[in-house]
Amino acid sequence: MSAKDATHKTAKNKMQAHRSHKRWRTLLTPLMAIVTALILGAIVIAVTDISVYEAFQQGVGAGLLRVVEVVATAYGAFFSGAFGNPARMVRGLSIWITTGDGRAWVQSLYPITETLRYATPLIFAGLAVALGFRGGLFNIGAEGQYFIAGLTTVFVGYALTGVPWFIHAPLALLAGILGGALWGVIPGYLKAKTGAHEVINTIMLNYIAFRFAEFMLDVGGPMARGDGRPVSPFVQPSARLAQFFPSNPDIRFNIGFILALLAAVFVYWLLFKTTVGYEIRTVGQNPRAAKYAGMSVARTIVLTMALSGGLAGLAASTDILGVIGFMPNAFSSGYGFDAIALALLGNSHPFGVVLASLLFGALQAGARNMQAIARVPLDLTDILQGLIIIFIAAPAIIRALYRLRPAEGGEEVVMTRGWGQM
Amino acid sequence: MPPVLELKGITKRFPGVLANDHIDLTLEEGKVLALLGENGAGKSTLMNILYGLYKPDEGEIFVRGKKADIHGPGDAIALGIGMVHQHFMLVPVLTVTENVMLGMESIKHKLFLDREVAARRIHAISEQYGLDVDPYALVGDLPVGIQQRVEIIKLLYRQADILILDEPTAVLTPQEVRGLFQVIRSLLAKGKSIIFISHKLKEVLEISDNIVVLRGGRVAGTALPQESNERSLASLMVGREVILTVAKEKAQPKEPVLEVENLTVKGEGAHIAVRDVSFSVRAGEIVGVAGVQGNGQTELVESLTGLRPPQSGVVRILGKDVTHASPRVITEAGTAHVPEDRQRDGLVLSYPIADNLILNTYYLPPIAKGMLMQEAVIQQHAERLVAEYDVRTPSVMTSAGSLSGGNQQKVIVARELSRPGKLVVAAQPTRGLDVGSIEYIHSQLIRKRDEGAGVLVVSAELDEILSLADRIIVMFEGRIMDIVPIEKATREDLGLLMAGVHPDEHSADGAAIKEAA
Repeated sequence: MSAKDATHKTAKNKMQAHRSHKRWRTLLTPLMAIVTALILGAIVIAVTDISVYEAFQQGVGAGLLRVVEVVATAYGAFFSGAFGNPARMVRGLSIWITTGDGRAWVQSLYPITETLRYATPLIFAGLAVALGFRGGLFNIGAEGQYFIAGLTTVFVGYALTGVPWFIHAPLALLAGILGGALWGVIPGYLKAKTGAHEVINTIMLNYIAFRFAEFMLDVGGPMARGDGRPVSPFVQPSARLAQFFPSNPDIRFNIGFILALLAAVFVYWLLFKTTVGYEIRTVGQNPRAAKYAGMSVARTIVLTMALSGGLAGLAASTDILGVIGFMPNAFSSGYGFDAIALALLGNSHPFGVVLASLLFGALQAGARNMQAIARVPLDLTDILQGLIIIFIAAPAIIRALYRLRPAEGGEEVVMTRGWGQM
Repeated sequence: MPPVLELKGITKRFPGVLANDHIDLTLEEGKVLALLGENGAGKSTLMNILYGLYKPDEGEIFVRGKKADIHGPGDAIALGIGMVHQHFMLVPVLTVTENVMLGMESIKHKLFLDREVAARRIHAISEQYGLDVDPYALVGDLPVGIQQRVEIIKLLYRQADILILDEPTAVLTPQEVRGLFQVIRSLLAKGKSIIFISHKLKEVLEISDNIVVLRGGRVAGTALPQESNERSLASLMVGREVILTVAKEKAQPKEPVLEVENLTVKGEGAHIAVRDVSFSVRAGEIVGVAGVQGNGQTELVESLTGLRPPQSGVVRILGKDVTHASPRVITEAGTAHVPEDRQRDGLVLSYPIADNLILNTYYLPPIAKGMLMQEAVIQQHAERLVAEYDVRTPSVMTSAGSLSGGNQQKVIVARELSRPGKLVVAAQPTRGLDVGSIEYIHSQLIRKRDEGAGVLVVSAELDEILSLADRIIVMFEGRIMDIVPIEKATREDLGLLMAGVHPDEHSADGAAIKEAA
């Protein structure tokens, strides 16, 4: 190694050490926000359970005991619904080893695979919004981009026949990217050329996308299956994404999750390692300085919206090609709106978005089990998600609760600037 | 009689910084105490402690001889301490009265604001101190100098008698500064006491009774204005001898690097900001553009650097027509641009210094290979420039926003002047900076000239133009009034040109008036 390489290396190490310290500081607040939300959630579970009140009538001790029981049952069910039951996993594994029958083992993995499956479209949609934030754009249109991408993906998925899977599936994915990107470029172009605010235009394009999908899929519509239901035809088997456990039809965990992780790595690389990302971030932070530096602000805005829309589109593509197999009309995913929360929770960092999506995926999967076993309504998920977001958006609450010092250089929540600033 | 205000041993530590180190000050009734210091010397921290925004780690505050515990602005106001911040705390869409009564509204019928009562009081205060403010004017419509008076009225309305003025002249024109000084004198005559924070030596010498100089969080010295001069104060402030006049050789101008012919530029809205302007800048000379702010200088610079397309005319850099070229083309032609508003145009405040130093070269090798940014190269490039241009920062990964104004400007100057180039366009290069930074930036501009670049300096400070420029362009209402070589330039003539009057005409007029009399 030459001396020059050595100095390169120390310089790089110093830079990385600094960044990893900063990363730890930025993780602390979200972590404490989640803990706090779970504690408040426990209170909600306890006070909404009739048996707790009955127990308190017998005495404070019995009441408190009942509170612990209720909360433990609910969160226990929640945990096993999100991550699986460790005892069943061990049992399944030992059966597999002793008898060679892996079915019980695979079945015990169902909860964790559900968490990952729920997380997949959330990662794509969260990345879409986070990338927009980095570029100074508030893409509220991920939901509409998801719908258009759903239509383009499903069309290529069912209409194209007689092509091998290694061509068909990528083509269908690409169709989704392009559909989403198109729906992102429209407000991007309007913003770049006329200054029209993307918040308004993406919301309006959402409605157009919803109604357009309705028109295409409704009974008698151009893309309706023709069996009297407002859904698209099934996509060809060659367009389906590979399943990890094809032997067990319950488990819908597929390669889409890996694609989502790759997308996060790609977004990270693009934003922080390339000149394109430097342009996106500079335009996002200070468009006047970007213009001064000779960047094309208009081109960068259009590109950012195209990338953002494309990512939102992949949420639809992987859902349709990996899980559902067709596109229903009443398809309100809500991913596009969860995505805003995810980008905020992940501080608009691609890896932060992945972690946030895994958390939301676990909340979704766990809550279903909690409802089934502990009879705690599914809506508790919404309460927990809401609380987490409030604590992230108002970090002062968490800092005051746990006596944390503010991060050096002040709080840095990456979001767009205010209205109409250009 | 005890002093109105006394600070004893005030100490404030921030992580890694000792912002105030055992500071003692005494303010006597009816006097002006000037607090002088470079950016980052600890003036603002000290005043924020006094105003209750920070809690001191050590030390005591006495108000009129009594120990005071100040836990927030409310306590400070109750003790009669008021502060006019450098950036005004006014609501532009409200009237003067509404702004002043904000927080202590007069009420009638328990529910409704009583604007008349408040307006009468404001009118009375305005009369008493000669402030001349209309209580019913919308604050957003008022010039900056009057807005500042509204801030002062806010304090007087709350019966403050210790007034802290934080850099009050930074935003004022010379005429407005004179007006402010009159207001200060009438406040003193009514028994008010004032702490005047500034880094402008001339003003401090003119207005203050006592001067405390802060440096690096400590009291570097105290002085009386009648026993001091600019030079002695500057060296106290900076901690070494300061050269207030710039030493430079006579210019050796060569071929033109910038040629401007009949340039006309539109400003915001429809008005013509630059009218039919022609001039050139030659290699090896500094051309200064003098003029009162808002006479087309901003638009001129923007159109020369590609940020604002001109209506008509021609701009050539090194003989190449760049009239409608983009900023990138102009930069690549060898132009360095130090923008007028460093925070708005010149920096991305949230970026580390390292990323700001590559703002307009980020796509070029060796900073980028293809589309890949080279982190190690960026880091080394930053460390080299930070050392070479004396940027005071803990690390090149520190965000630009956390630097002082002087160091922010040094980052921009480092980025722009380190590139090879034949033309430097510097707009207000030292606005709001302390003496040490001004001296440094001037020396860098002269170095660039001596290396053979043409330099265009736009400044509202006549002193800066006079000490830097080899030729002076005076602009008035978008036109060039005259181009004066430095040998023939006098402060009086330039002042008249800046006001739109030709000195010859003026003296002719004067003669005519005399004859008529």
